[in-house]
Amino acid sequence: MGLLDQRFESSNVVVTTMDKLLNWARLSSLWQMQFGLACCAIEMMAASASHFDMMRFGVIPRATPRQCDVMIVSGTVTLKMASRIKRLYDQMSEPRYVISMGSCANCGGPYWEHGYHVLKGVDRVIPVDVYVPGCPPRPEALIEGLIKLQEKIRNESLAQKKAV
Amino acid sequence: MTAQEIHDLLKERFGDAVTAAKLENVPDPFAVVAADRVRDIALFCRDDERLRFDYLMCLSGVDYKGKFGVTYHLHSLTHRHKFVLKVEVPADAPNVPSVESVWRTADWHEREAFDLYGIVFTGHPDLRRILLPYDWEGHPLRKDYQVPEFYNGMRVPY
Amino acid sequence: MSEPTLETVTTSTGRRLRTEEMVVNMGPQHPSTHGVLRLEVVLDGEIVVDVIPHLGYLHRCFEKHCEHMTNYQQVVPYVDRMDYVAAMTNEHAYVVAAEKLLKIEVPERVHYIRIIMAELQRIASHLIAIGTFGIDMGAFTPFLYYFRDRERILDLFEMTCGARLLYNYMWIGGLSHDLPPQFTEKAKEFCTDFKRTMKEVNDLLNYNEIFIKRTANVGVLPKDLAVNYACSGPMLRGSGVDWDLRRDDPYTLYDRFEWNVITGNGEMGSVGDVWDRNMVRQREMAESVRIIEQALASLPEGDVQKAVPKRIRPVPGDAYGRVEGPRGELGFYIVAEDSVTPYRLKARAPAFVNLSVINEISKGAMLADLVAIVGSIDIVLGEVDR
Repeated sequence: MGLLDQRFESSNVVVTTMDKLLNWARLSSLWQMQFGLACCAIEMMAASASHFDMMRFGVIPRATPRQCDVMIVSGTVTLKMASRIKRLYDQMSEPRYVISMGSCANCGGPYWEHGYHVLKGVDRVIPVDVYVPGCPPRPEALIEGLIKLQEKIRNESLAQKKAV
Repeated sequence: MTAQEIHDLLKERFGDAVTAAKLENVPDPFAVVAADRVRDIALFCRDDERLRFDYLMCLSGVDYKGKFGVTYHLHSLTHRHKFVLKVEVPADAPNVPSVESVWRTADWHEREAFDLYGIVFTGHPDLRRILLPYDWEGHPLRKDYQVPEFYNGMRVPY
Repeated sequence: MSEPTLETVTTSTGRRLRTEEMVVNMGPQHPSTHGVLRLEVVLDGEIVVDVIPHLGYLHRCFEKHCEHMTNYQQVVPYVDRMDYVAAMTNEHAYVVAAEKLLKIEVPERVHYIRIIMAELQRIASHLIAIGTFGIDMGAFTPFLYYFRDRERILDLFEMTCGARLLYNYMWIGGLSHDLPPQFTEKAKEFCTDFKRTMKEVNDLLNYNEIFIKRTANVGVLPKDLAVNYACSGPMLRGSGVDWDLRRDDPYTLYDRFEWNVITGNGEMGSVGDVWDRNMVRQREMAESVRIIEQALASLPEGDVQKAVPKRIRPVPGDAYGRVEGPRGELGFYIVAEDSVTPYRLKARAPAFVNLSVINEISKGAMLADLVAIVGSIDIVLGEVDR
């Protein structure tokens, strides 16, 4: 239990709200879709490898969208790929989140002007929760984006319906 | 062999099919050859004992405004010499014989040139788009290409 | 693609079963296609009958962008993003081609620094290649070991030019920065430590019984086929062809250093199998360390921006420059008109050419071996699709 370990002399009762408990559980095990697109995918790999070790935040790469909570769109989205990304997003079970990593996924990046085959921002096909700027963002920046997403989840309520 | 010798050999064998050449004061010496003979010349370049161009480094399409060009960068692993062949075809009938049967590596290069320039390689066994989606319209590396407003409901310009 | 065939087979218990070919899509989202490659695999049971690659899921219009820049130098950041695993090598290839077109002579120090950077980048790229290939084969630990060491190379790049992955470091005629003061010392330290890691991974992965079983005699690429398909780099050398542009078509003063060209020799099976290709990469890293150590020891003095031209406007013409990248022959064909931007720039991407052989070498393999074969080609989709 990490934080609460060895803090109590005998077994105890913790009073909290259902929302807080569920959110705490959800944000501590954000399974990430193992899905790299371009340059940013290399930095994403570096973020999950030895130095930066994203797994300490509970982020474990899973190969299938059906087991994932968060999709990190890491790189340029082309028009040919856009429909596949939409489909992968649709296959993820709710609640699901999207981190748009890097300038290309945010807005087209260096390809915004002459990129006849580049989608100018992944938010044109799927909703995005956190935008991480950079070309490519450093692994630290990605981890910062992840912490922002965790903050967002912490303040959500599953019991109350979301305004649509 | 030097570029001059290679050119002379081709000129001797194919005569008028070698239409022009520039062999000095250029980074890569080249010869311009007739488009309809390019496959024969390629085969000769590969199989002749003195040439043995067994390695096609690169095949590129070029839009020269009004005509299209294809550039073949040849290299010989056996004799370690290089040469460049160029062909030019009119823009309204951009047909070049395929060299896929000579060097298999030309397969994807030719598909790419077809995809991005619309150069048709006659005799290619499987000439379809390689990079762009199969339902894409137009050939984007042409100088007069207009970017479409929408593709499959997605807006293309920024 | 062939039509599905229908036939019946009799099982050992005497039952008659109807079989047909099955088409399985591998990718574009697949953990072992190293990006967004899509393979349409026709299967007869577990046996691969046909592999049809579909590319272009990362086609970022590189060549169109090059024609729309405001000068030749602006192409370099786009070149970086082409093969994002080996950005330094891409820059190197582009500036070699541009300098050939412009007939620029660069100072010796620039050459030496370029060689050091290119070789460090080759090591970094091979570390990713072998590390992720290990993951494909089910070995996770070598990946962690190699990424640990790769971070040290990235630190060296970062202290030189400020970027971790995409550098914009090499300029036409020079470099953006000289080496920082502690670079030589840190690089030497890295070389010493890295030899130890290589031994560790050799023990852990390359001579591991399971790894050998998965890779030996799989995906054999014969010599003549490799040449006919114009494969290059570890693909070509793995098949036993003794060919390396650094030695055989020297550029950037590579002929001053002592090192060996590594070729596959069929140690664990046949020449040109997946194990050989992987091992060529592994052994090449040791040679790269040798080159770096020699270059660091004899680094000449000089101004790295002395030969940088103020204004670049080449005489009309064309040039093809090539270097030996981590994946093979990386060439740029530049056509220049009377203008400040390239009229046409074609990238001869080694991964694009190497991948085209996949159908030939994976026919008759098991589906699980296809993962090994794709991993051993070491594709980078940014370069395949451009």
